[in-house]
Amino acid sequence: MKTGFYPGCSMKGSAREYSESLLAVSQALGRELPEIPDWNCCGATAAHNLDHDLALALPARILAAAEKNGMDEVLVPCAACYSRLSVTRHELLEDEALRKKISGLIEADYRGSARVLNIIEWLAAIPELESKIRAPFAHRVACYYGCLLVRPAGILNFDRPEDPQSMDLLLKRIGATPLDWAFKTECCGAGFSVSRTDVVAKLSGLILEDAVSRGAEAVVVACPMCHLNLDMRRPNIEKYSGKKYGIPVIYLTQAVGLALGLDEKKLGLRRHKVKVKFGEGLAKPPSASITPASAMPTAGAKSASGDSPAGAGSTAAKSGEV
Amino acid sequence: MRSDKPVQHASQPLADRVLEKTGVDVARCYQCGKCSAGCPLAAEMDFPPSQIMHLLQLRDFPEFAEMALRSHTIWLCLTCEICYARCPMEIDIPKLMDALRHEALAQDKVNPKAKDILAFHRAFLDSVRYTGRLFEMGQIVDYKLRSRHFLQDLLQAPWMFFVGKLHLLPERVRGRRLLGRIFARTLKAKEKRS
Repeated sequence: MKTGFYPGCSMKGSAREYSESLLAVSQALGRELPEIPDWNCCGATAAHNLDHDLALALPARILAAAEKNGMDEVLVPCAACYSRLSVTRHELLEDEALRKKISGLIEADYRGSARVLNIIEWLAAIPELESKIRAPFAHRVACYYGCLLVRPAGILNFDRPEDPQSMDLLLKRIGATPLDWAFKTECCGAGFSVSRTDVVAKLSGLILEDAVSRGAEAVVVACPMCHLNLDMRRPNIEKYSGKKYGIPVIYLTQAVGLALGLDEKKLGLRRHKVKVKFGEGLAKPPSASITPASAMPTAGAKSASGDSPAGAGSTAAKSGEV
Repeated sequence: MRSDKPVQHASQPLADRVLEKTGVDVARCYQCGKCSAGCPLAAEMDFPPSQIMHLLQLRDFPEFAEMALRSHTIWLCLTCEICYARCPMEIDIPKLMDALRHEALAQDKVNPKAKDILAFHRAFLDSVRYTGRLFEMGQIVDYKLRSRHFLQDLLQAPWMFFVGKLHLLPERVRGRRLLGRIFARTLKAKEKRS
């Protein structure tokens, strides 16, 4: 079984610590991850927004290259790329005429033999993970899956589309305490980071608010876009909500790397906007006027807010400010 | 009341064209509103998703289809897929939104409020067309030129460069001539036609 690696563009630039930590982890676990030769961009949101054929052709070229190089499966750590590659494979396997048309566009015969794997599937299938742990990652974490790792569930066939559990189970295996929270799969604003920063500040703020109010020490993510919005956009979030959030946002591979006893620098922990220090989110006194979870649109948020450091208090929901 | 003036944009109802292209049948929607209730962007939209469905369901009124095409909504949809996950009829609304965006582009009916969003998408694809991969620095410069938001995030770039996240030169794919051909046969071909 040969597993190829599709890094995607973000992991070469703004999310390079995701790639660095993944490669450090794979090395420590003795797993080889050869890159798909001469891979191209998957087209992301822009391609499927503007042209259906283009949105299928770009991922098809990547998958065809993997097949040509004898790869049986492809690890796609970026959730957005994972979604595009999975959807493309699904659509082309369902529709023979479309598969032929796209194969013509990319000047190669795409057969659909290579399976697409996400980061959780890949890590969860490593049985010796526990035996390699040097420093259990003993922190309370909010596992943030985002949208594209779990939806559309009918195509990905991976985890529940809302309240998924796979990352929580994986984090338990490395010694963490995953919390039950309401924003596991709520959208962070994704590709609007630049074009509609106000939307990202609002949506990402709600995610941080719930994680902090439930006592999380860190938000764990598996998507470069989610990380960018929750970490690099922190000043925008804080400006929008008028509150300070100290909670760090780390990649799943960084959490696993820390548990494996790998060096912080090797895991790229110093490349974050929000300093990676655990327990920061809790250090604030209750007077920090955190909006109670009940003021948020998700009804499920109410249940656990009673024991949060925020308590009941101001209901200053910032809905109208954009 | 329906007027007798000829329909300008198309002879076939938009709902039928969408069904033909994507297999998404808007007639199956019974307006329960779960999509609009769960949509993270509904508050920003001119028509929440269930209303877009309704506009298309009234297939004898092309002016309503026109409103859907010219809506801000179709460009605000982030394809988070929550509506599809919750729809009791399992209607693939994100796929419908994609089809409406393509139609709005082809008919040159993009809502003016969506110009920054569209500028960002175009800048992204420009970068991919020329180098094969997204070159973040190039994309941002391209976006600034298209959107004229020159001052936005000006301090972000030095920080990104400092922590090693911003590259000054693009990575080029060897097969970029093929990628150029793929773009010419898809997006560019359609833009020429319209």
